[in-house]
Amino acid sequence: MGFIEQLINGLNLGSIYALMALGYTMVYGIAKMLNFAHGDIIMVGAYTLSLVMTNLGMPPIIAILASVVVCSLLGVTIEKIAYKPLRSASPLTVLITAIGVSYFLQSVALLIFGSNKRKVESAITMSGIKIGALELTGESVVTLGVTILIMVGLTLFIKKTKLGKAMLAVSEDKGAAQLMGINVNQTISITFAIGSALAAVAGVLFVSSYGFVGPYTGSLPGIKAFVAAVLGGIGSIPGAMLGGIILGIIESLSKAYISTNLSDAIVFSVLIIVLLVKPSGLLGKVRMDKV
Amino acid sequence: MKMSLRKGLALATTVMCAMSFVGCGSSQTTTTSNTTNEGNNEVASGEVYKIGAMGPLTGDYASYGISVKQGAEIAINEINAAGGVNGHNFELIFEDDECDEEKAISAYNKVMDEGVIAILGAVTSGCSTAVADESVNDGILQITPSGSTQDCTKHENGFRICFTDPLQGQTMAKYIAEQGYKNVAIIYDAASDYSNGITEAFIAEAANVGLTVVAQESFNTGDVDFKTQLTKIKDVNADCLFLPLYYAEVGYITEQATTVGISLPYFGCDGWDGIIKQLNGETANIEGATFLTPFVATSEEENIKAFVTSYQAAYSATPDQFAADGYDGVYAIKAAIEKCGDDVTNENLIAAMTEIEVKGLTGDMTFTPEGEPNKSAKVAVIENGEYVAK
Repeated sequence: MGFIEQLINGLNLGSIYALMALGYTMVYGIAKMLNFAHGDIIMVGAYTLSLVMTNLGMPPIIAILASVVVCSLLGVTIEKIAYKPLRSASPLTVLITAIGVSYFLQSVALLIFGSNKRKVESAITMSGIKIGALELTGESVVTLGVTILIMVGLTLFIKKTKLGKAMLAVSEDKGAAQLMGINVNQTISITFAIGSALAAVAGVLFVSSYGFVGPYTGSLPGIKAFVAAVLGGIGSIPGAMLGGIILGIIESLSKAYISTNLSDAIVFSVLIIVLLVKPSGLLGKVRMDKV
Repeated sequence: MKMSLRKGLALATTVMCAMSFVGCGSSQTTTTSNTTNEGNNEVASGEVYKIGAMGPLTGDYASYGISVKQGAEIAINEINAAGGVNGHNFELIFEDDECDEEKAISAYNKVMDEGVIAILGAVTSGCSTAVADESVNDGILQITPSGSTQDCTKHENGFRICFTDPLQGQTMAKYIAEQGYKNVAIIYDAASDYSNGITEAFIAEAANVGLTVVAQESFNTGDVDFKTQLTKIKDVNADCLFLPLYYAEVGYITEQATTVGISLPYFGCDGWDGIIKQLNGETANIEGATFLTPFVATSEEENIKAFVTSYQAAYSATPDQFAADGYDGVYAIKAAIEKCGDDVTNENLIAAMTEIEVKGLTGDMTFTPEGEPNKSAKVAVIENGEYVAK
């Protein structure tokens, strides 16, 4: 009984990690860069939701749309200003820039909203599902559902649509893609827009589950989501989902049955072991699996 | 290309690991210059007494520094309006340390260059300890308003206004036992000196007062998911929950406790101050929660009412305990100066500290030679969305 409850706790946590990891993996898979500002875009999404819902008094659905729009625009803008000029620079330069963008977003949020966390009402009005004495909250059900939906949607989008195929081509070889008549810059912009829209959705669901947003809300979950993406095989969409869920369940069970102090150590040990055995992550090996 | 990507990934992981260790922790600081201002801080008549202070005015812990600064300014304005001490007015020189130990030392050196006669600071424990290691070389009086770890007052020139962490733990264990509870569950932050210090002392004292600690669950600073710990606590036979944490975490835990189906009485420590604002006033889940605090703004005591009124007029905000600590710190310095009379030197100020009595907002206090305040504990209870002094 206690075990099943803890498993559900892990699933809740894992589905949030998975949703965040999807955005990481999407941008990495196509633009071949680690967007460390992803966690902070999640934070911006959460703040937008809170502002539109609480300060403007709009219904949740409008707030969620606003959050998606704001984050997509922000993602595209960041890409144009910070990453595009570095398209031919070494991965290290881009990486450091991404960390810079992350700190920039945190500092701006700190200036505007202050360091205190803001209470946010849940955007999810669905009530929980009861199975016997166990209860899944509405937020968990929606998060899990949305994550699966996005995973399937993204996979289909990449495999079936023209734009998706263009993305795949850009990820394989930018130069060759350009020669084939693909607008590389536009494709990468769209990738960032989609990645950031995913971050907005993750922000909305994160803040609905946990109830508070602060300038640093995105940073630690961002790191965990990055770990989830690497665990599942960065660049692989089903991998991000799998990595996130596994991470959440391991974290929850090790807290429950081994030690709350050691849970992070256990999570990261699992990551190291997986990477030693399978360096590309659980589902990251086959080239075809890459988005 | 493949290779460099993998390298980039490895590097990224390293960088992120390094980043996650950056924070307001306790990094090592080396002792540097000890040559400045040796003893020559006598102030000519008519000049101002400068008090040097440092604390976080920006960053994650800014609210603490801002509160101390504003509380101290209220005290200084009051003293100046009443004509100062021996014809000297007071002036506060407050430098931002961003809760960073290196920056706290720079701030200390900067205010020392201004010729201050005493240090009010730092606001946070780690910075206070770092500054203490410098100020002992200069021999200047240092009073930390709110640095609560033991080390802040380890030198003979160091004093504090607030309670130490262990004292808070002891006091709460006694208080909870007095209220008739038997089985207590604890959730604490394993990565925080503050939370650890209180928890250790609480557990040690619990054995003496007949409390059984039935669950002791930890987490790491920054965690937002406590459902696992709460689910465990639900299955043990606890009759109350002790949370020696800051209000940000308390907000997460009490909300999630309701989701998990826990409705135990809550007890906390002074980090709870701010919880009502954090919850936007929706305090139904924590109705009746009791926490140790040196200061309750809604108190009916005359001096507190007067302070709250001037603070609200000046800053359009309700003062918290940090503001009260800053206020009391200035008055402790004033009392020490008065005790010295005309001969205001570092040695005399430090010697005067153990002889003065301060009627402060956080209680009437005297100071031990170890630098600790002697004052009685107060608790606040959350009732109908307000802090009520008990």
